[in-house]
Order: sequence, then structure tokens, then C-alpha cells
Amino acid sequence: MATVTVRNVWKEYGATVVLENVRLTIADHEFVTIVGASGCGKTTFLKMLLGMEQPTRGQILIDGVPIRPEPDPDRGVVFQRYSSFPHLTVIENVMLGLELRTSRLVGRLFGAARREARVAALAMLESVGLAHVADRYPAQLSGGMQQRMSIAQAVIRKPKILLLDEPFGALDPGVTADMHELILRLWEENRMTIFMVSHDIQESFQLGTRLLTFDKLRVDPQSPEAYGASVTYDMPLKRRTPALP
Amino acid sequence: MRRLINQHPGRAAGLALGVLPFIALLVMYVIASHIRLAENPDDKLLPALGKIASTFHSYAFEEDVRTGRVLFWADTWASLKRIGSALIISATLGMILAVGIGVVPRLRALLSPLLGTLAMIPPLAILPVLFIVLGLEETAKIALIVIGIAPCIARDLALRVGELPKEQIIKAQTLGASTWQLIVRVVLPQLWPRLIDSLRLSMGSAWLFLIAAEAIASTEGLGYRIFLVRRYLAMDVILPYVVWITLLAVCTDLALRVIRARAFRWAEPER
Repeated sequence: MATVTVRNVWKEYGATVVLENVRLTIADHEFVTIVGASGCGKTTFLKMLLGMEQPTRGQILIDGVPIRPEPDPDRGVVFQRYSSFPHLTVIENVMLGLELRTSRLVGRLFGAARREARVAALAMLESVGLAHVADRYPAQLSGGMQQRMSIAQAVIRKPKILLLDEPFGALDPGVTADMHELILRLWEENRMTIFMVSHDIQESFQLGTRLLTFDKLRVDPQSPEAYGASVTYDMPLKRRTPALP
Repeated sequence: MRRLINQHPGRAAGLALGVLPFIALLVMYVIASHIRLAENPDDKLLPALGKIASTFHSYAFEEDVRTGRVLFWADTWASLKRIGSALIISATLGMILAVGIGVVPRLRALLSPLLGTLAMIPPLAILPVLFIVLGLEETAKIALIVIGIAPCIARDLALRVGELPKEQIIKAQTLGASTWQLIVRVVLPQLWPRLIDSLRLSMGSAWLFLIAAEAIASTEGLGYRIFLVRRYLAMDVILPYVVWITLLAVCTDLALRVIRARAFRWAEPER
């Protein structure tokens, strides 16, 4: 279960208002896609959900409990780039979440526990189609494969909420279609609530069950920073085709 | 005809080009030495290669009459012990400081200005202080090298920690990493190859401080010997010692490079 409530959230940097009075209630297992012009605050919104940034005013709650003001395993994330660990092989990247959960002191598993984690990680890699490159380093993979790995790495910790920050923005169109299928399948299988920031409107309509657009409601030409963006459209979407064959 | 920037020498040609300057230097030395010795057979400035070889033989393979030790190896061992311990201490200190400063904002606020200031003290200026406080034994010499290179290593590595993408640090937290786990699983493993780079760059300064310390107060060591025989213009001792020090430095550098390539395959640039 992961219901997200955003209660009158404002974000200001000094005199610049980035977001104003964002109010939302997101049901469990919703796939929320967020679009908007660049600089409209959609990434700031995601960062606040993640705990990287704190709202200036207002509150964000998950299942009625205010979120911790720092990232935690309830909220997984996939960034556009750099979210893998270059010194770990693909399978080690995916195992990391399991190792960190169990081994508080050294963050590393040994013996039977390690073999068990390896099996789980391999199953996860199998499901994202990367089992054949398990022992390579991320730098040796293509962009699409790196994103698959990054998704696998986040999902294996079973987060309540998965945050995606333009995860497919740097990929080729052909690869993107595969990724869409993958993310929808994982979303169904793991019953996560997903927030995805995207600049691709078509993608947002296709994937989401709910689409948010961020934009400024008011603009003062004399001081454009005086008013921030808020949710201007909030559309429930019905998926036309079934997500999975 | 291709442009100069696109003409690459082959393997053999590249090797030959690399060796060429060394041979040229050697030939120049032999000629210059020959000319000087022809004018004055007692000239000490540029001894003939044969003279250097016979002196080197007596230093490296015969026991010293007074001390009963083979001076060359005794000097080498003494110097390597000092520089080796200093490098280990500096690397350890550097890593600990860099991780603290790079990862924990409170420690950064506490230590970063101090480290920046300490790094600016010219180490040789406080050498007398070290000798007064720590005595004339090994401690002061090792301390000089550590004071000379540890702050630079620490600052360099702290910068490297800062260069880790923020996304990685966030991702690790979403995977449940505590500060300690973040250090041992994400930061430290990525810092080791950087430490090797940093040590390679510090090697020149380390030798500089070692020789300075040995020149001033010592009873053995490569730097001590050079400064001792300087009084007699004994170029036949000084030159092989300098070549030997250079050789040791080159070998250390090579060894560090090989270790980095073998142990941290992920950090090697793609070929």
C-alpha cells in the first residue's frame, strides 16, 4: 500500500517561487506521469518526493505518515544517468540493495546468504533481460541496458514508490518501446506506485494511469519569479490497450 | 602525406624513439667526459664510465672498512624504509581525512579550512621544528615526508569524493545504505584507484623531502651518502646514486600503474 498525499506544498529558493500550493492525493498502485516545460518544477517535485529537497511549506505523506526528510528504501529511484555503481558488476549492482538491508556493518553478504542474494538478483536480471551480462561492468553496457539494470537495482528492494526521472530520455526510440513494456510489467508485478517525469507527452499518455502537467497559473511579466508552477491539468487516463499481452 | 597529428609510430619505432634520448644523453656524457679527462686526467667533475663502475662495485659489493657494511645496500634499505613507512602513513591519513571531509558535511566544515592551511606550510620550513621536537632519529624524517605529502593526498582524494555523481549517493540511500555502508560499499572502493594516482603524483615530493631530511641529519641513506661525498666532489658516487634513486622511483611508479590496472579493471579507460 502506498497512498501519497501532497498537502499544500510550496518550494521557494529565496525570492524565487518554484512550486506553489501543490495539492494532490495519489491512490495506491497509480502510475503517475508528470510533464511540463523545462524549469517548471517537475524535477523539484520529484526530488521532494524522494527526500533530496524539503518543501518550504506544506507536507508530503505516504499512507498518512510524513515522509522522512532524506532518501530511504521506501522510495526507489531511477535517474536518467549515473545511478549505477561503476565499480560493481551488473549482478553486484543489483545485489547491493539486498546486501545493505541485511548486513548493517560491512554491507556485504558471505556464504549461503550471499548465494541466496545472488539467486534473487539473477532472477531479477532474468526478468529485465540482462542475465547474460551479469558479470560485466555497467560501463560495458549500452544505455538501454544500463537503464534496465538501474531499474532492476531499484525494484529488487521492493520500494512502495518508484520515482523515475526521465529514465528513457537518453535512449533510442526502438529501445524505449521495450523499456515501456518492462516498466509496466514490473509495475503490475510489484504493485508499486510510480511517479515518472518525462518530456515525452506521448509516452506519458501511453504509460500513465494519471497524468499531471506542471505550469505557472499566474505570470507577472515584471518579476517572473514571483509566482511558481502548480498542477494545471490532472487527468485520469484509461489505458486503451491492455498493458500486458 | 598525412598530417603530422595522424602519423603514429609503430610498436618498434615507438620503442626506438623512446630509447633514443637516453642513448643520446649517455653518448653526450661520454664525449664530454672524454674531452675533460683528456685535458686533465685528475678531473673529478665528469668521471669516465669505467671509474664510475669500479667505484660502484666497491660500494655495492664490498664491505665498508670502517662499518663492516655494504654501503650501497645499507643506504638503499634505510631510505626505502623511511619513504615506505611515510607513504603508508600518508595514504592511510589521506584516505581517512578525505572520506571524512568528502562524505560528512560537519567534518568538512570542521577540517577543510584547517587542511587547506596546513597544506600551504612549506614543509622544509618546519624541518628544524621536527628535529627539535622529534629528535634526530627516524621519526622526524618520516614525519617530514608525511607532513609534505599527506595534506595534498587528502585534499586530492576529498575532491575525488566530491566528484562522485550525486545520483550515486542518492541511489545508495534509496537502497538503504547508512552513512557507514555508503563509505565502505560506494565511496572507498571507488577511491582506491584514485589513491594510487595520488600516490604516483606525490612520489616526486616524497623523494625530495626524504633526501632533504637525510642530507641534514642522518647516518645512512641514499640522500645522506650523496651529501656526504659531495665534500670530495665524488661524482663517481653521486651519479650512480642519482641514477639508482631515479630507477627506484620509475619502478615504483610502474608497479603502482600495474596494480591499478590489475586490481581496478573497472576504472581503466575503455580501449
